[in-house]
Amino acid sequence: MKNSRRTFIKLASLAAATLAVAPKAMASSGGHEPVSVNPKAVHAKQWAMVIDTTKLHTAEAIEKLAALCHADHNVPTVQSKKEIKWLWNDTYAHTFPEQENPHLAEEVHHRAYALLCNHCENPSCVRVCPTKATFKRPDGIVAMDYHRCIGCRYCMAACPFGSRSFNWEEPRKNLDLTKLNPEFPTRMRGVVEKCNFCVERLAVGKMPICAEASEGAIVFGDLYDPESPVRKVLREKFTIRRKPSVGTEPCVYYVI
Amino acid sequence: MLELALKGSKRYYGWIAFLLVLIGIGSMAWIDQLRNGLVITGMSRDVSWGFYISQFTYLVGLAASGVMIVLPNYFHSYKTNKHMVIFGEFMAIAACIMCLFFIVVDIGQPQRMMNMIFHPTPNSILFWDMIVLNGYLFLNLIVGWNCLQADRVRLPHPHWLKPFIYVSIIWAFSIHTVTAFLYQGLPGRHYWLTAILAARFLASAFCSGPAILVLVLLVTEKFTTFKMPRNALKTLVKIIAYAMCINMFFFALEIFTSFYSNIPGHMHPITYLFEHASAGLVTLMWTFIAFAAIAITLLVTPKFRNNLKLLPWTLAILVIATWIDKGLGLLIGGFNPTPFETITPYWPTGKELLVSMMIYATGALVVTILFKIATDVKKEMGHSQALPCGCSTEDHCDCAPAEAE
Amino acid sequence: MKMHYGFPIIAGLLIFVVAITAPFAVGKAVTKQYKQPEPKKVVGEKECIESVEFMRTEHMQLLNEWRDWALRDGKRIYTNHAGKQFTISLQNTCMKCHTNKAEFCDKCHNDAGVSPYCWDCHVQPEGLK
Repeated sequence: MKNSRRTFIKLASLAAATLAVAPKAMASSGGHEPVSVNPKAVHAKQWAMVIDTTKLHTAEAIEKLAALCHADHNVPTVQSKKEIKWLWNDTYAHTFPEQENPHLAEEVHHRAYALLCNHCENPSCVRVCPTKATFKRPDGIVAMDYHRCIGCRYCMAACPFGSRSFNWEEPRKNLDLTKLNPEFPTRMRGVVEKCNFCVERLAVGKMPICAEASEGAIVFGDLYDPESPVRKVLREKFTIRRKPSVGTEPCVYYVI
Repeated sequence: MLELALKGSKRYYGWIAFLLVLIGIGSMAWIDQLRNGLVITGMSRDVSWGFYISQFTYLVGLAASGVMIVLPNYFHSYKTNKHMVIFGEFMAIAACIMCLFFIVVDIGQPQRMMNMIFHPTPNSILFWDMIVLNGYLFLNLIVGWNCLQADRVRLPHPHWLKPFIYVSIIWAFSIHTVTAFLYQGLPGRHYWLTAILAARFLASAFCSGPAILVLVLLVTEKFTTFKMPRNALKTLVKIIAYAMCINMFFFALEIFTSFYSNIPGHMHPITYLFEHASAGLVTLMWTFIAFAAIAITLLVTPKFRNNLKLLPWTLAILVIATWIDKGLGLLIGGFNPTPFETITPYWPTGKELLVSMMIYATGALVVTILFKIATDVKKEMGHSQALPCGCSTEDHCDCAPAEAE
Repeated sequence: MKMHYGFPIIAGLLIFVVAITAPFAVGKAVTKQYKQPEPKKVVGEKECIESVEFMRTEHMQLLNEWRDWALRDGKRIYTNHAGKQFTISLQNTCMKCHTNKAEFCDKCHNDAGVSPYCWDCHVQPEGLK
């Protein structure tokens, strides 16, 4: 009697273990790889961006790009401290808080600076995410899987750049539903979101929408390709990054 | 043993009904949050964690604190504590339940919670926190329940429990260390980015947790025949005194490091909390300092420490002080100044407080039921019972009936 | 033998039996003749990305895999069993033929009593209200 119960428990746990493992094993088997990368896609080892603040330095100009970005990605407009933003502008002091010298050149001091996710090489948000909902792609983009995000907001606490926003309420409440971009999803309530370096455009060979519309003020390319437009600018111009001391290796550079 | 929780006085049932009403009221606010999202809270883009997570942090301390009774009992054979152990373990169960509940109400997509198990991510401290908290909950359930059951039939505690007991003692330190790691490993949050945070958490837990436990047991004594053995209480209060001194010493280390080094990032959260924040928050932070000073004075002076009339007040003051520090200031100071060196004030909304009330009431309900069972068993066994003279049957005072040892 | 607590037990059983049989007695869903749902047929396109049978039984797994392939692996081209290629996208591939979520997806989903959360984020082609 006792013996049969023990055997039953053994068998049951074995069955449970098999059930848990089997679907994944089956999904990865088969040999037939039914998916491939779009041949038009552009590739990099680490995508990076250089923002030339001598060319792009007014709030109006940056807001115009932000409006394009937000319309393209269906980012809701919330006018409160619960706001959601992928691309925005701020002052020198707020953008480079540890690099604000007294008597800074007035012209530099009064510029507006474009801010977005830095797509760090060593992102702390990816390190803390408990579900791999935010992850680093092979091309260096710090991506988000909104299907998987549980909304714990650990990534927001971990991001030293304040690049992440949370959907405190139903995002569609704050979107003009007649003007949605039908080719891109919205988000749902209770997930974190941020700039995705236009991964959906790179996948079909286009440049990020802000870079494309910036008239040359924003350069985009592979940080590890010495011939890339990004490396060309970095070679020629003096650039700084936000909070280099925290060790995340941000990939958005600013020409001052 | 669960049947013991079903048989109680009118007052016992009245109290349970009262707690259920509180839970009911709070759950309305929670339902509202589930329907409309975390928009009902005072949290924002810049202060993205708030009252829920800070209560979680404070209560992990309460969960860990039972070890201050359990450890002397098992590691030092300090058997004076043996009738107190169960209360430490049962308090830990209630605290773990509240902690997990506070996490559940804090996340934006609670129905996807299992993603933490479907996609386990060992590099995330939150993953480990989930493991250690659930583990600690089960360890205390196993150990507490089995020990009490053995006591009830006058049998020695089963041998197979030993490893669980020793693991649970070490585990208690791990839960609060891991909770501190949630905070102290984040780049760019200066108030948290300090190696001593875990140590500070433990020190704060080992004074505030036992203080809460003693307060609850003092109330328990009023309504049951249970009486804490005087020497066990005295030892525990001494532990509280030492832990509080260490806690404030660690806090002073933070102040020194920040201000002597003169590094702006390290000074700003502290000057914000104690100087530039809203008048209410600044007052609270100074209340923390004042209450901590009063509590330490009362605890280190033997005359005051041994005064049982004064003790509840001393402990209440200590709990308030540590709560302001860890259950409020820690979160607000961590998020302010923001990554943009700006200030975004945070204050919990009424609904946020109602949801928190629901969880605290749930914790109180669990404590009530578990302590009811434990005190009933103690009464059946005649362990640690109140004597007419005010002593406990475990004390060696004159009024105690001579025991054949 | 005397039955203890006979009245509450039998009363409880009665309430249970009444409650569980109520849908058959008063409900419309059970008594009405069930009709197969008729999702809207696609005009213009003859074949879906896979066979009708495959799609009918496997579309949920396929969409799950599509999601991970496109989003997590960055592979956005799907080659079907016949060797034909498609862009992996719910909004830009599936819904370009199935142009109405309410008249296609919802038809079966409503009858089956499932509400997948796709549309919490993805935008249905007929637009949102």
